[in-house]
Amino acid sequence: MRNRARILIPLVAAGLLAAGCTGGGSTPTPPASQPQSSQGAVTNPDQLPRNETLYTTGTQWGPPPNFNPIREWDSAVGTKGLVYETLFHYDTTAAKLSPWLAASGAWTDDTTYEVKLRPGIKWSDGQPFTAKDVAFSFELGKMETIPYHHLWNWLKSVEATDDQTVKFTFSTANYQQWDFMLYSRSIVPEHIWKGRSEKEVLDGTNENPVGTGSYKFLSKDQDRVVLQRRDDWWGKTTLGMEPKPRYIVDIATPSNEVAMGMLLQKGLDLSNNFLPGVANLVQGNFGLTTYYNEPPYMLSANTAWLVPNTTKKPMDDPAFRKALAASVDVKKIVEGVYGNLVKAASPTGLLPQWDKYVDQSVVSSSGFTFDAAKAKKLLAEAGYKDGDGDGYVENKDGSKISLSLIVPSGWTDWMESARSISASAKTVGIQITPDFPDFNALVERRAKGDFDLLINNERQLSNSPYTYYEYMFQLPIQKQQNTVNFARYENKKAWDLVEQLDQVKTDDTAGMQKIISELQQIHLDDMPIIPLWYNGLWAQSSTSVWKNWPSAEGGAPKTGAVMWRNWLELGGFETLTQLQPSGS
Amino acid sequence: MRRYFGRKLLIYGLTFFVAVTVNWMIPRFMPGDPIASMVARANVTNAQAVEAMRAYYSNLFGLDQPLWQQYVNFWGALAHGDFGISIWLFPTPVTDVITQAVPYTLALIIPSVLLSWVVGNRFGAYAARRKLLDNTVLPVGYVLTAMPYMWLAVLLAWGFGVLLGWFPVAGGYSFSMRPNWSWTFVLDLLHHWALPFLSLFLVALGGWAIGMRNMIIYELESDYSSYLSALGAPSRLIRRYAFRNAVLPQITGLALQLGVLVAGALVTEIVFAYPGLGSLILKAIQNKDFFLLQGTFLFIVLGVLIANFIIDIVYVVVDPRTRAGMAGAQA
Repeated sequence: MRNRARILIPLVAAGLLAAGCTGGGSTPTPPASQPQSSQGAVTNPDQLPRNETLYTTGTQWGPPPNFNPIREWDSAVGTKGLVYETLFHYDTTAAKLSPWLAASGAWTDDTTYEVKLRPGIKWSDGQPFTAKDVAFSFELGKMETIPYHHLWNWLKSVEATDDQTVKFTFSTANYQQWDFMLYSRSIVPEHIWKGRSEKEVLDGTNENPVGTGSYKFLSKDQDRVVLQRRDDWWGKTTLGMEPKPRYIVDIATPSNEVAMGMLLQKGLDLSNNFLPGVANLVQGNFGLTTYYNEPPYMLSANTAWLVPNTTKKPMDDPAFRKALAASVDVKKIVEGVYGNLVKAASPTGLLPQWDKYVDQSVVSSSGFTFDAAKAKKLLAEAGYKDGDGDGYVENKDGSKISLSLIVPSGWTDWMESARSISASAKTVGIQITPDFPDFNALVERRAKGDFDLLINNERQLSNSPYTYYEYMFQLPIQKQQNTVNFARYENKKAWDLVEQLDQVKTDDTAGMQKIISELQQIHLDDMPIIPLWYNGLWAQSSTSVWKNWPSAEGGAPKTGAVMWRNWLELGGFETLTQLQPSGS
Repeated sequence: MRRYFGRKLLIYGLTFFVAVTVNWMIPRFMPGDPIASMVARANVTNAQAVEAMRAYYSNLFGLDQPLWQQYVNFWGALAHGDFGISIWLFPTPVTDVITQAVPYTLALIIPSVLLSWVVGNRFGAYAARRKLLDNTVLPVGYVLTAMPYMWLAVLLAWGFGVLLGWFPVAGGYSFSMRPNWSWTFVLDLLHHWALPFLSLFLVALGGWAIGMRNMIIYELESDYSSYLSALGAPSRLIRRYAFRNAVLPQITGLALQLGVLVAGALVTEIVFAYPGLGSLILKAIQNKDFFLLQGTFLFIVLGVLIANFIIDIVYVVVDPRTRAGMAGAQA
């Protein structure tokens, strides 16, 4: 036995050592193989050259489930935006639509919109792209379970009048929503999708997608999708644009820590994860950049709101909600929890990109700021008193107020914020206990209205503050409130105004401002939902392989560096065309 | 012999039934509704569309039926090898998701379990009663075995991955590669496999080494060893007999430890972002993906039961006394 042991142990040790050595030895191999593979016109896609590949993460958390552009919420990264395209893109800096598959679009009368398509665009299978494809794609929405089905409540018909022209006729022209549709809906090829059943359209995986876009899927695996640039993409000549990376590998990292590790190893070029403490890395010499090199570091992507359940006591009282709003020390959250990675929100909650819609006179007369003394005064005036001397106020009828604030378990930044809100509410005498249910449980309670307070940020930047006011005021209240008006706030006048706003033409800024100003007055008077801070468009990029990332400085691009779903049309794609290899 | 295995199989069958039932029940009693969160993710604003989607998906997954009916359907589908469709990775069938992940998990677990057991035993046996080795192996073994898998994994990932940069910190193979039959790719696979393997191997190694060392000392002090040495047998021979006897409890230990080892592997996979079952289970729980959870657990239960059964057989082969006992029982 000892003889065998003698042989075995060194063998195993040697095996381990060999594994270790091959490990250590092969690290430099990928960079060494770069020059060979990148010189030849034909690259071997089994081994992607580092200097032509962009590595991204932060969108996908598991295996790519499908390549179906109708499933805008869980399709593989790049399905919409890189493989399928939309009629328009939206330029968040200039705040206007930029024609994409469409050459132009205009209202020919109050209820007719006409789109002229660019000539000479081909699908990736060689078939020409025509107006029929556009009409077909919008008509898919007639199916009941398609996410944009409600469009057909106010769209009467869509018609391809010739190969390059599509005419949309509306029963009610909701101009604001229509612009959103124009840059949000993927156009799919009729010759492939025709005859698919509703089940296939909604639930099909759509393997081997045929799109008009600048990339095609090369391969997929459990933890990644690989996209390859199409060098015959129409935009190269028509738009004079070319996305620089020949390959894009989007990686599903299981956690932000792993993403951080890979970023430091220079194995990642763009991370759209929330990385706490990234400020230190940007300041230090780690080759990492963010949009601003000082607080708040990131562009703003959405607003985090404190949502009170307005059907419950005492949150049904506007005076109490206003006192609550004044009690939250957002600055402490911004500095203490986020290390200045986010920005405190304006009292209106509108993103900085929508500044021109904020009516400063309304804000200065009715706005709120953190002011513990004022919060106490508001509570006292409204009749909330601490009768039993426990340090917390009671309801007007003398019953105890004990509210719970729910945020999803594991969302550490929000959990800390909830603790902070609870602490600052305590100083004015409102008892709030943070509670951390599982995300799914939270979604269910939120939908049913079975909560006191929660934090939510599900509305993203868009072409119009309309989407924010729809989120605040939408009526009627359903048994299940799944996506909007979680506060279950009912105000007929406000919702009428929101619907009016929808019917204001998007170039009529003054008309929009007028209605929005009234909405802001209602919002600030009634406080159905309390804006807290602007969450960032989390984007950490490494300059080791690609440079010219978007930045607030000088001549750098001003678009967002982002691969999140539905953001490629908002400048994410344009960023790819501005990248430059660091080597050059 | 037949009775022995018959009884064993019956016990395994019962265990399987209970484990699968429990595993069917648990996700269904967790708070939260998977369809609600699936629809919520869809970000559909229109109330009608939401209702339509809800009804459609509840029906599709059979969640609109009474619980007992769901349970019967579940066994029925299982008999056809149908694990259902994943809710989280909709519309991928669970079988597809699992078959893609399983090779990675097996490639981690089987070598680390077997190698750590073999190496740990040899090493422990070798170290027993050798002062210098004993003084080093014992404390090192204790430290290793007391280490949580996750913690060692994090240390290794940080040290060898981020600080030294010798090993990658994520993925089953380089993100710049596509699977192909070349040496570069195989080496790349090994390169990514090395650290997760090492963390599993090291933690298990300590336990086996200590166990074996203690067993050998016990055996060396037993009567037959003293008798042998009194007869003047060479110590190598005595040690060989001691090892044979000491290895038996270690085999039982292996059967008992399997569950723990699998759990450790799952955690390790998450730390190294290794694309095996571990990350799947975590996400399946977070997304209340009943069907994926059932599928992965079923797979693990089956795996552990089969491994236990193999160990039972091995036990019969290596320990003549069990065979004698069985013969006696039959007579």
